[in-house]
Amino acid sequence: MPAVQETIDRVRSIDVDQYKYGFSTDIESDKAPKGLNEDIIRFISAKKNEPEWMLEWRLDAYKRWLTMTEPTWARVEYPKIDFNDIYYYSAPKSTPGPKSLDEVDPELLATYEKLGIPLREQEILAGVEPKNRVAVDAVFDSVSVVTTFKEELKKAGVIFCSISEALQEHPELVKKYIGSVVPVTDNYYATLNSAVFTDGSFVYIPEGVRCPMELSTYFRINEQNTGQFERTLIIAEKGSYVSYLEGCTAPQRDENQLHAAVVELIALDDAEIKYSTVQNWYPGDSEGKGGIYNFVTKRGDCRGKNSKISWTQVETGSAITWKYPSCILRGDNSRGEFYSIAVSNGRQQIDSGTKMMHLGKNTSSRIISKGISAGKSQNTYRGLVSAHRKASNARNFTQCDSLLIGQDCGAHTVPYIDSKNATAVFEHEATTSKISDDQMFYCQQRGLSDEEAVALIVNGFVKDVIQQLPMEFAVEAQKLISISLEGSVG
Amino acid sequence: MNMEPRTLETKAEAALAEAYETMRDSLPGGAGVAKLRTKAFDAFRAAGLPHRRVEEWKYSDLRARLKDVPAFAARRSEADAKAVLASAGEAYASVERYRLVIVDGHYHPELSDVAALAADGVTVRPFAEALAADGDALLDLPAVARDDAAVGLNAIFCADGLDLAIADNTKLTKPVEIVHVSGAEAASTGERVLIRAGEKSEAVILQTFVGGGEGTFSNTLTDIRAGKGAGLTVARLQAEASGTTHVATATLTLAEEAHAKLICAGIGSGFARHQSFVAFDGENARADLLGITMVRDRQHVDQTLVVDHAVPHCESREIFKTVVDDGAKGVFQGKIIVRPHAQKTDGQMMTQSLLLSENADMSLKPELEIFADDVQCAHGATSGQIDEDLLFYLRARGIPEKEARTLLVLAFLSEAVEEINDEIVIEAFEGRIKDWLSTEE
Repeated sequence: MPAVQETIDRVRSIDVDQYKYGFSTDIESDKAPKGLNEDIIRFISAKKNEPEWMLEWRLDAYKRWLTMTEPTWARVEYPKIDFNDIYYYSAPKSTPGPKSLDEVDPELLATYEKLGIPLREQEILAGVEPKNRVAVDAVFDSVSVVTTFKEELKKAGVIFCSISEALQEHPELVKKYIGSVVPVTDNYYATLNSAVFTDGSFVYIPEGVRCPMELSTYFRINEQNTGQFERTLIIAEKGSYVSYLEGCTAPQRDENQLHAAVVELIALDDAEIKYSTVQNWYPGDSEGKGGIYNFVTKRGDCRGKNSKISWTQVETGSAITWKYPSCILRGDNSRGEFYSIAVSNGRQQIDSGTKMMHLGKNTSSRIISKGISAGKSQNTYRGLVSAHRKASNARNFTQCDSLLIGQDCGAHTVPYIDSKNATAVFEHEATTSKISDDQMFYCQQRGLSDEEAVALIVNGFVKDVIQQLPMEFAVEAQKLISISLEGSVG
Repeated sequence: MNMEPRTLETKAEAALAEAYETMRDSLPGGAGVAKLRTKAFDAFRAAGLPHRRVEEWKYSDLRARLKDVPAFAARRSEADAKAVLASAGEAYASVERYRLVIVDGHYHPELSDVAALAADGVTVRPFAEALAADGDALLDLPAVARDDAAVGLNAIFCADGLDLAIADNTKLTKPVEIVHVSGAEAASTGERVLIRAGEKSEAVILQTFVGGGEGTFSNTLTDIRAGKGAGLTVARLQAEASGTTHVATATLTLAEEAHAKLICAGIGSGFARHQSFVAFDGENARADLLGITMVRDRQHVDQTLVVDHAVPHCESREIFKTVVDDGAKGVFQGKIIVRPHAQKTDGQMMTQSLLLSENADMSLKPELEIFADDVQCAHGATSGQIDEDLLFYLRARGIPEKEARTLLVLAFLSEAVEEINDEIVIEAFEGRIKDWLSTEE
């Protein structure tokens, strides 16, 4: 059985067990008491058997966090979060999962079919093209449940494991790089994450290695009243290459759950990291009840010469998204890319974008952002492109387009462009429009229904970004877009 | 706006507060106006001068710039005012025009062509007189401008200025120049100018800001209201002395089918903030905003604009060009807001900057805020230096480097200049641009 299938099934299986007993039952999980204080942090640290320095690091972050206030500059509105009303640690009790598709909840299978990922299709994809194998780290609530293909990766010298495991087996690497891209004091949620992070993935690609397969992490929030605080750290040594995928889902609940992750990428000389996300957290119902608050800090550091970091994201879920995957272009000739599709519907609020900080010489960056708002949602692109005094010959091209579907939604663009170097050339363009009547008429004339026409036009609109996704994700993303726009016509 | 706990009051803030206390009783206007002033003053006391933590003033930290605020200038005698006016030089000397003169923030009817204007359908009243007659309604501004710090500051101190009303169906054949001139001594000014263009009227207004010296602080406000079907051009030229701090707000309200052009050239002053607030009040109106900024040495010049599409079927076009040399700083902030139900809005904003030296610094923030779906909005922003290939092309044809550079800068600015579409203004602006370029070392 192909790996993707196996892993997904494994994660699903836990979900199935949960479902059998109903969502309100929590006998399957092992939780820390509700609330946040030093004891909880000690509890998490002890649970993971962390080295002393890690605990100190967490406690420092916590002390710092207490002095900070929540950021209010984003165009999002939500009731104040009670940080003491959250479980900061929740882990499922290990149970061996069902091995076949039949044992997976049919509800879930149906959902997947609707999402456009008949599980068969993935099998076929993976079967026909052995190169398309994907190693998966499955994070369920606060812990990593399983990591596949570990042995095979080990042969190539690649370390791919959960961060808790990395802390046990490669503490020197973690210590060297953690917090070096997103400092503990970076922002409110990153500091909170530094104090309470429970798991996440750790990737280390040694010098000159091209990672033999795609790596991926599948995040799932399941437990009620929990927050998910994961931390991902990816280090690409000189001349290495890795493509990493991230997927996320959460069950439908009436409450709002907090997801505050930190992702740090480090690319040394000539290294390349490609990071793709398909974010599909539960967005809340059409009235805006429930849904995930996705407050994430993602940053890549092109530390070495000729290094490259590329972010691709498809954002369709979450009640609120607050996320700015950024690149620090420190090494000379380094390159940063950001491709994003953000789709909002219902009462979703998205405030997302990127920062490209040009520090080294001859650095270049490219930003393509496509926002689609429907329903009563608000969709904001917020970005910064800056050139430091020494960043001679820096180049940036930014294009952010918004598409509005319906009368009650909003699309906003807030780019900041700071150039302190005359040789830096920055170009920015943005447009906002609706699907034109002409385009709709053209499609309908050829026998397409309203919904098909919208899906076709929207897919054309986002094509630039979809093309950047690894193939497995491209299929998924395309279907995701059509599903989250369903019913938005008329 | 980010309301921080107040830090210690700066010297400039204390001086402004003191100035208000002393001037309070002598400021014109009835009880309604006094109430407005008190409200604005309370807001000023709470927030202080705008600074970098206030998002709208992020790039232009007025609190840091103003070390002190000199006393508000007193009215000069006619002869004295004449001397100041003569020393400042004229931007439109060769143009046949009506002229209105404001010296140190005080309107001088005796130096102005009031009678000639009256004969041609334009009434000009001193601001205090208009305020006494029309009351606090006269100070009413479009919603989008109301919360701004500089607008608030002007509301507190505006004591003089003028109210210019163009009668319905009046088509002026000559432009009206409003000269704002300051003496070389450090002083503060805060005049207000009202321009009201009646239904189907047509006019060209030239506003020039000249003179001033080290420490001069001016905070003027021009409130432009274009009536139904009016065609109005307001061209603002700021060429003050390098020691001044110049804050100038223009608000533009457009009634149905009005077409207004608001042009702002920022060349002078050590620290200038030009802000324009545009509000559409009736359908099928169109606003063109053009900006030309040229800065050098240690100058800091900011062009900020907010265009509020509150009603359907309106059009706006913004073209802003900035040339930055030496260690100067250029700023452009532009925001297009499309309110819910302002369908069929067409808004296009373009801003481009040319950096001529290594230490030049440019910040751009073009924003779109859109709440209606059937709209066409776009903005573009670029920043870069002179294209070496173009330079090479010209030099290969025997044009010396300096001349070639001048040519390329002119070409860069021409897109905005051509859109002015008024010979008099184009000629005056081009003269200024060429002067600026020829004094380059």
